[in-house]
Amino acid sequence: MDNPILVADKLGVRFETAEGPVTAVDDVSFSVRQGEFLSIIGPSGCGKSTVFNVIGGLLSQHDGTVRVAGELIDGPHRSIGMVFQEESTFPWRNVTDNVAFPLELTGMPKQNRAERARHFIKMVGLDGFEKRFPGELSGGMRQRVSLARTLASEPKILLMDEPFAALDEQTRLLLGDKVLQIQQQLKQTTLLITHNITEAVQMSDRILVMTYRPGRVKRIVNIDLPRPRTSDIVGSEAFGRYVAQIWADLREEASRGMRDEEDHMLHEAAP
Amino acid sequence: MTAATPARRFLAGDLAPAATGLGCVVLFFIVLETLIRTGVISEYIVPPPSEVVASFGRVVMEEHIIRRFFLTIGECLTTGVMITVFGVVGGVLLYHYRILRLAVETWVAALAAAPVVLAYPLFMVIFGRNAWTIIMIGFVAALSPVILKTVEGLAGTRKVLIDVGRSFNLSASQQFFKIMLPAALPTIFTGIRLGLIFALINIVGVEFLINYGGLGQLINDLAERYDLPGTYAAICFVILVSVVFFMTLERIERWLRPTN
Repeated sequence: MDNPILVADKLGVRFETAEGPVTAVDDVSFSVRQGEFLSIIGPSGCGKSTVFNVIGGLLSQHDGTVRVAGELIDGPHRSIGMVFQEESTFPWRNVTDNVAFPLELTGMPKQNRAERARHFIKMVGLDGFEKRFPGELSGGMRQRVSLARTLASEPKILLMDEPFAALDEQTRLLLGDKVLQIQQQLKQTTLLITHNITEAVQMSDRILVMTYRPGRVKRIVNIDLPRPRTSDIVGSEAFGRYVAQIWADLREEASRGMRDEEDHMLHEAAP
Repeated sequence: MTAATPARRFLAGDLAPAATGLGCVVLFFIVLETLIRTGVISEYIVPPPSEVVASFGRVVMEEHIIRRFFLTIGECLTTGVMITVFGVVGGVLLYHYRILRLAVETWVAALAAAPVVLAYPLFMVIFGRNAWTIIMIGFVAALSPVILKTVEGLAGTRKVLIDVGRSFNLSASQQFFKIMLPAALPTIFTGIRLGLIFALINIVGVEFLINYGGLGQLINDLAERYDLPGTYAAICFVILVSVVFFMTLERIERWLRPTN
């Protein structure tokens, strides 16, 4: 790949558990081009979130390397902005102050950062809610605040871990539209971790399918759907073909995961 | 659609709970007054509420209750500032140094249940018969809930918020002041509120015991003179101190954490 902005090479993570060491991620390598939208999809327990933590620099004990624009990174990096699965807004700050948080860290004067924050609040469609606190917003709105806060730090790579997992399907589709719109507007390099096939196909240029434990790269699928995209694309025939193709890959892995979980429960219940 | 009646509008409004609470208190006093007047409760044990109300003016004018009121409030405020400063700092230290927490957390919890007030002769030997004895007993009795709740609040900071801080490359002090402390603030305030309850009880109790200072001493004086309406009027002022205290604290908390 020409000039990839993000390169993950031979990532591996092992955890010590009561039942011995478990390999969560093994030999995962991939790269992401500037402006590309790559999704990583896999069944529950395949190590997607572990990959998220390694790329984001939150997990330092791992094999392999992560490079951003050629620079080897070993910890959180200013080029990578993270959006978390869990609700992560600061409840004690209003929307403007939440979004302005990374700007505050740079020492930007208050007036300028409020103005800059308003720009990103508008981008995620929350204008009019600047003075509201997270407790006064819906789950989807709070995730948009988190997204705006991360965008305000102007990262080279936007790294998202199932940001819409807790939302209903309709909100998820609409927020997918919003993310697509922003990604296209900013030409933002984005890496999305998800278990939702529809979401992945709707938004991605490529989808990396992972195997169930240990998490390895099973296949990388190119999504040749026209851009700019919206959620209308979910009704197209080509979309359906991609969903079916990825489900065929995932089904085997998800079944393996389910069997493994059942065996584990039987083993635990055995006298 | 029919227009809402004034009664319904009142019930739906903000005044309804306060008016209901006040109504219950008034009803309680009417019942108490009736029981005393009919001889069911001896007026030599509990004075009729009407006499207590009538004695307010006398107690205010003759017993210098306003000065005593501010004396007790001053002792409570000093203790409040001390438990906040030392309690929060102590809690932060216990949170950061695990070995320290394991070593002393049980002792700190035990202190919360200890009847510190019984040690008043020792405090009098150390500090003398003055306001510092009262303040220090209040401080020792009220410190542990602040320490324990600070530890609990810091330990209970959601991991994802800490991860957000890490993702923005915050330094250890930024992580603490910008994320952990604000996240722990509601729990810390619960500790401070609990501490102030302990402090107020102990301060008035010690004033009563050592016959020194503000409202506690006044209650002691009036009780020894067997002035029952005056004693109860002074007790009402103690309740007033606690109400003023907690309302102030609530305001401060709302100012610091507008979302609460």
